[in-house]
Amino acid sequence: MNQSLLRVESLAKSYHGVPAVRGVSFTLERGEILALIGPNGAGKSTCFNMLNGQIRPNAGTILFEGQDVTASSPRSMWRRGVGRTFQITATFTSMTVRENLQTALLSHAGQLSRPFGKANRAFEVEADALLDRVGLRGQADRSCGELAYGDLKRLELAVALTNSPSLLLMDEPTAGMAPKERADLMRATAAIARERNVGILFTEHDMDIVFEHADRVMVLNRGELIAMGAPDVVRQDRQVRAIYLGEGLVHGDLAAAQVRH
Amino acid sequence: MTLRVSNLCGWYGQAQILFEVALDVGPGSVVALLGRNGAGKTTTFRSIAGLVPRREGVVVFGDQDVSRLPTYEIVRRGLAFVPEDRRIFTDLTVEENLEVGRQPPRLGVPHWTPERLYELFPNLAAMRRRLGGRMSGGEQQMLTIARSLMGNPRLVLLDEPSEGLAPKIVEDMAHAIVAMKREGLSILLSEQNLHFARLISDAAVVIESGHVRFAGPMAELVSHPDVYEAYLAV
Amino acid sequence: MALYLAQFLTGLAGAASLFLVASGLSIIFGVTRVVNFAHGAFYMVGAYVAYTLTERFEGAIGFWGGIVLSVLVVAALGGLVEILLLRRIYHAPDLFQLLATFGLTLMAEDLVVIIWGPEDLVGPRAPGLKGAVEVLGQAVPSYDLVLIALGPLVLGALWLLFHRTRFGILVRAATQDRDMVAALGVNQKWLFTAVFCLGVGLAALGGALQIPRDAVNHAMDLTVIVEAFVVVVIGGLGSVGGAFLASLLVAELNAFGILVLPGVSLVLVFVVMAVVLVLRPNGLLGRAEAPARGTGQMSSRPWRPLDAKAQFIALVAVAVAALLPLWLGPYGLAVGAEMLIFALFAMSLQFLMSTGGLASFGHAAYFGLGAYGAALAVKSLGWPMIPALGCGVMLGLAGAALFGWFCVRLAGVYFAMLTLAFAQIAWSAAFQWTAVTGGDNGLLGSWPDAWAASPRAFYWLSLAVAVGGIGALRILTFSPFGYGLRAVRDSSLRAEAIGIGRRHTQWVCFIVAGGFAALAGGLFAFLKGSVFPDALGIPTSVDGLVMVLLGGVGTVSGSVLGAVVYKALSVWLISQTDYSKLVLGAAIVGLVVLFPSGIGGFFSAWAGRRRVSTRATAAAPVEAAE
Repeated sequence: MNQSLLRVESLAKSYHGVPAVRGVSFTLERGEILALIGPNGAGKSTCFNMLNGQIRPNAGTILFEGQDVTASSPRSMWRRGVGRTFQITATFTSMTVRENLQTALLSHAGQLSRPFGKANRAFEVEADALLDRVGLRGQADRSCGELAYGDLKRLELAVALTNSPSLLLMDEPTAGMAPKERADLMRATAAIARERNVGILFTEHDMDIVFEHADRVMVLNRGELIAMGAPDVVRQDRQVRAIYLGEGLVHGDLAAAQVRH
Repeated sequence: MTLRVSNLCGWYGQAQILFEVALDVGPGSVVALLGRNGAGKTTTFRSIAGLVPRREGVVVFGDQDVSRLPTYEIVRRGLAFVPEDRRIFTDLTVEENLEVGRQPPRLGVPHWTPERLYELFPNLAAMRRRLGGRMSGGEQQMLTIARSLMGNPRLVLLDEPSEGLAPKIVEDMAHAIVAMKREGLSILLSEQNLHFARLISDAAVVIESGHVRFAGPMAELVSHPDVYEAYLAV
Repeated sequence: MALYLAQFLTGLAGAASLFLVASGLSIIFGVTRVVNFAHGAFYMVGAYVAYTLTERFEGAIGFWGGIVLSVLVVAALGGLVEILLLRRIYHAPDLFQLLATFGLTLMAEDLVVIIWGPEDLVGPRAPGLKGAVEVLGQAVPSYDLVLIALGPLVLGALWLLFHRTRFGILVRAATQDRDMVAALGVNQKWLFTAVFCLGVGLAALGGALQIPRDAVNHAMDLTVIVEAFVVVVIGGLGSVGGAFLASLLVAELNAFGILVLPGVSLVLVFVVMAVVLVLRPNGLLGRAEAPARGTGQMSSRPWRPLDAKAQFIALVAVAVAALLPLWLGPYGLAVGAEMLIFALFAMSLQFLMSTGGLASFGHAAYFGLGAYGAALAVKSLGWPMIPALGCGVMLGLAGAALFGWFCVRLAGVYFAMLTLAFAQIAWSAAFQWTAVTGGDNGLLGSWPDAWAASPRAFYWLSLAVAVGGIGALRILTFSPFGYGLRAVRDSSLRAEAIGIGRRHTQWVCFIVAGGFAALAGGLFAFLKGSVFPDALGIPTSVDGLVMVLLGGVGTVSGSVLGAVVYKALSVWLISQTDYSKLVLGAAIVGLVVLFPSGIGGFFSAWAGRRRVSTRATAAAPVEAAE
């Protein structure tokens, strides 16, 4: 049993004849944290949405735990144990934080079609345990419409964990958060990956986050993978620097940049 | 002063977001409005541009109080607002996007034509007929700035110009802002990223929970780690 | 063969007017996000004004000049409506705008009768085009050929307008993101007005061009608006080219449907629409509606758990309602029972709208199916009342299952328009299928069983059913199923990602709401002892919407209150005036303008403000002390 958690082979997708993703192949192991980076419009979101079943690929295969799940629906991906967070937070704004989790837990238990009984009495213990995990317990009874942005991102993570996933897909998990919040969230995420042996694939623009937390990094440009490997190797890659990382003006050595300016 | 904001308060529904915000932008200078997410940066910008329905305070632009004017009137007086989410018209071509932003020439400020903008943003020149939706995120970001310049503004409000962009594009953005400054434009930009802001700004205003916590030259902010560590969570 | 060709050409000619109306509707929606229900009314007024003008002025110049003049007059009227009415309600929820423009339609129907009289008017034929041209041995009116040429001409002119002028570019930009257009210095107000005038002008032209073909009458607005909705749903909202293709399709289907399936030509259109929607949910040339920026009031909590005080009030209200027969006479009890029935109907719609997030514009279809089902069971099968009610509910469930399966494939405004189109199809079935439904004469003699025949007993029965139904909907809302519905409504993206199927969940919701509406409809058939096609008509659907919206979408008590108040108002109005539509329409428009968040919403906002201000004064000294 040494099959990879996720094996993607020659995945491709085009919109109206314009290729967005062309021939992307990679693997992801249990407990591994893999970052997918690249310029805006490189095809990261398309890649993600294919893995999660939201978009049907034109070609290629996706094997999850050895099974072909190419073009499965988001629902069936979730049932197989794939959790997902969204770049722009998608939460149930009319519900409290806890109710968000209770709804997801009810769905996981297959009880969401029950037409009687109170939903907000179900799975309270499990919901609170997850809230503890992401540090949101104190806000359990707040309406999620009133949450600060960073807390919404945390809630996204907790919801994605309700099906005890073996694979977590996180699309820009820290976008819009303050630097310190980013680090906290990624530390919590990394701990989950190690403890539960969950494979994590995430996209991110904050290179500090990427190079600190990822075990491996893939770089996508114009729909193609142009580099893949350990963070330090990718960081030094000339092509990656030219296309994506730049001269390090913003995220690199500030003193040097100041002189140039 | 090109822009003088005082006692600016703003609400969303029942919630007050801004509390007597004050800031100045001098002619030809770049001012960074810094703060964490949710500190009130975007609300400040939207209030200045007349996009927050419930607001109070004085916004003097040029020599006129514009705080009671509708958005399009404020923009027609030479204040351009570039929102953080870009909001390119994806069904329109690059040329048509620029056309939407076009306003008559204004005395005393640079007059922009599509041709001049293509010089400033050479990427765009190659894709005049391309639909906005077919452009990459970085190209869209350049187009949204070019589109605002078509209104021949005196002052540009740039909301989080570096957010969500690849590091390489952030660099391009920094160059574009410096180029705009060279043309004599005043720029007020909001940022969470102090590193980016200090590269291009002359002055800084730090905002937290809708209150201004610091205002002064950028060099002064940089020499006060206590200030930026308290309010910016670097 | 030649006959088919002639029929084909007739279809093409009919497509021209349909295209004009539908493209106007599409353009207005694109920029202002208002589904202009009054578009049919503008079409109708265009025809009436053109009738007057072309009767007045003679000759070719008189005729065509009259047409052009009528377009300008009606476009100006549209501008007036936009400035005086729509500008006040752009920020109100979508459905309020639909409601307000529906109010305008009601007013227009009575106004044209007051001005032009109730008779059909036959306008002049176009000078020089009175004859026919022979095509393969078949006579084709030459006027039809002019109309056939006109469609593509208008399409071309619109394309040029939108791609070669600054106005057109602004319109296209505003269609996509009107706030950004304002943020670039464009005066939105006048852009909206101009677009509204343009769209209304197109509708008026469509109407004016019809006068040599058809008689002008005061019911032509509803026919054309429903067809325009169908065209827009098939063609894709916001796409002028799609409107063109779809109007050709619908007009041809109408033309050939008469040959193939006389009397049920609408079924053909229905089948085609269904096929298109399954294959291309956003219409032939349409694109997915951009997710609305901020869902606003729709993400409210539909039902709050009742606290002790609210439980007490609800109990008292039910007890008072139960004791009313001690004071009320038979007429009062009949009105009371009708209010209760409509309260249940409104609640079922409220469940669909607030918990399900599905704003239906054709909910009366299921109310009417319930009524017909019950009445048919009594009349044709001789069933007693309770099984007959069951039969009505089954029919309503079946109808909701069939129509809902298509409707839940769409969202937002598309959904509203499709529900309306289906309701209209159900209405025409009831109207045309005389053998079963009695057509316009209705079904008579659906009286309750002896035990419930007295006004008192029937009132109590209605009360029991209404309270039971509302209670059941309440339990459903708090159940896991209700949470699943709210999940889908709040974020279908997230819901799908945690294993909740949007379509399936919403479909079940649609069927449940349809079932409760059918229960109300069945009771209604027994209350009145008869059923007429009106029960499924657009006005009945709108009655339900008015009750829910004026009561406030987010509140349950609001819907019940809305049903009681609105029913009382309309019963009273109809007894007071001959022009009930005019008064009712004006009342709807007035209420929407005065209470853009609903009467219930208005009061809760008012109460909220009071709470805040008392808290603020209490907090002030503390702040001062700091």
